[in-house]
Amino acid sequence: MNIKKTALYELHKKHNAKFVEFAGYSMPIQYSEGIVKEHNITRNKSGIFDVSHMGQLFIKYSNDITDKLQEILPTDLKNLKINQSKYSFLMKENGGIYDDLIITRMKDQYMIILNAACKQNDLQIIKNKLNDQNLDMNNNLSLVAIQGPESKTILENVVSNVSKLKFMNGENFSFKNNEIFITRSGYTGEDGFEISLPNKVAISFVEELISKGSTLIGLGARDTLRLEAGLCLYGHDINENTSPVEANLKWAISKNRINDNFIGSHQIKKQIKEGVSKLRVGIKPETRVIARESTKIFDEKDNEIGKVTSGTFGPSVNASIAMGYISNSHSKTDTKVYLEVRGKKVPANVCDLPFYKKSYVKGEVNV
Amino acid sequence: MSNTKFSKEHEWITLDGEVGTIGITKHATEMLGDIVFAELPEKGSNVEKDGTAGVVESTKAASDVYTPVSGEVVEINQSIVDDPSKINADPEGGAWFFKLKLKDKSELDTLMNKEEYDKFAKESSS
Repeated sequence: MNIKKTALYELHKKHNAKFVEFAGYSMPIQYSEGIVKEHNITRNKSGIFDVSHMGQLFIKYSNDITDKLQEILPTDLKNLKINQSKYSFLMKENGGIYDDLIITRMKDQYMIILNAACKQNDLQIIKNKLNDQNLDMNNNLSLVAIQGPESKTILENVVSNVSKLKFMNGENFSFKNNEIFITRSGYTGEDGFEISLPNKVAISFVEELISKGSTLIGLGARDTLRLEAGLCLYGHDINENTSPVEANLKWAISKNRINDNFIGSHQIKKQIKEGVSKLRVGIKPETRVIARESTKIFDEKDNEIGKVTSGTFGPSVNASIAMGYISNSHSKTDTKVYLEVRGKKVPANVCDLPFYKKSYVKGEVNV
Repeated sequence: MSNTKFSKEHEWITLDGEVGTIGITKHATEMLGDIVFAELPEKGSNVEKDGTAGVVESTKAASDVYTPVSGEVVEINQSIVDDPSKINADPEGGAWFFKLKLKDKSELDTLMNKEEYDKFAKESSS
């Protein structure tokens, strides 16, 4: 299979990126600074992420389309305001998650941002539901995120008036006479923006952000940032065998749709009513030892009670952190558990997510 | 570091009398990236040449640390356990891992000198 490159590939190379293959794309895992420094730059200043490997799907708006999308998404799209975004999922009948996504109601269309590894399958599901085999992702667009406390000021210097955007809202702006769409969102636990823009201006746009003081950040730091923020990585923390209820993502199912019909709704209703046997929780080892994906979790009597789905060292919390699924009976905060790492049992505690939360909230941001 | 020898697993050892000081090379730390965890052998334990004698973890992955020679662990460097970032900062100096009382000095003859190691590291990373 031919490995794909994003429109920013040459810029990554120029900035000494180390590349890895991710979902069929050659993506920067880190630059010369290294993962920990890149993580800290994002938390303390501003970082730029190339997320162009993600799918950008645009669907013409109509009441009929809204009805059909509501049959496959658990989100209240009818009350979604123009320029508003929501986190949602595509589910299986049994409640398992095919993908998590962000859907934005633009003026004349919906924009759906899909995970790179899932986007072809997602597209097929949506095509079948809408009975529109011509639907396709827009491959002429790049997607860039800028995240961190100084991002607002930096982006404002490149695109005027962008700081008026509220969290999980977007709008059209222009860059060098090209229409671009910016939402105030991200996946790092920081204030930030995601910018959808034509491939042909992607490099010059990112170069301007760099010249105003932001820095390119690789997938390695993106992973430590999102894990500190308690956010799920599809294919690891959520997949076809975990439901939104088990994943503790019930909040993303619109309240007025819980009794509605959508794919997976039967199982969701049942799980909300009867409870679930496993639950996604935060786990904090008592030592610096890292409990990586697939690490087994035990109770005090040595019964296996779960598995870690993501684990790393969190630079901002200066501790080893993990997430995983644990039997409901042991999912309470502060429950003592043991993680089996290299044959030894490491004591750990179930903890609340996120691991890292900003100590301040900006006035105009709705978080 | 003229009396320093190197292993193919990217450890270094410097001999002072009967005792060898062991650490990982700068090249190893560059391949690993930011080191965030280190585990050392127990003081008083015996380790065998090419056997596992510790672990380092970067943000990306875990890697075993091997001992280039056999012997008894007489000292460990607790400061790198407390602050593993020291390993990236000074891998071939202050961030040594452990000291061994050598069992058989002739094992050192199987190791590379600096020039040989630099060539080996360059070839293995290209």
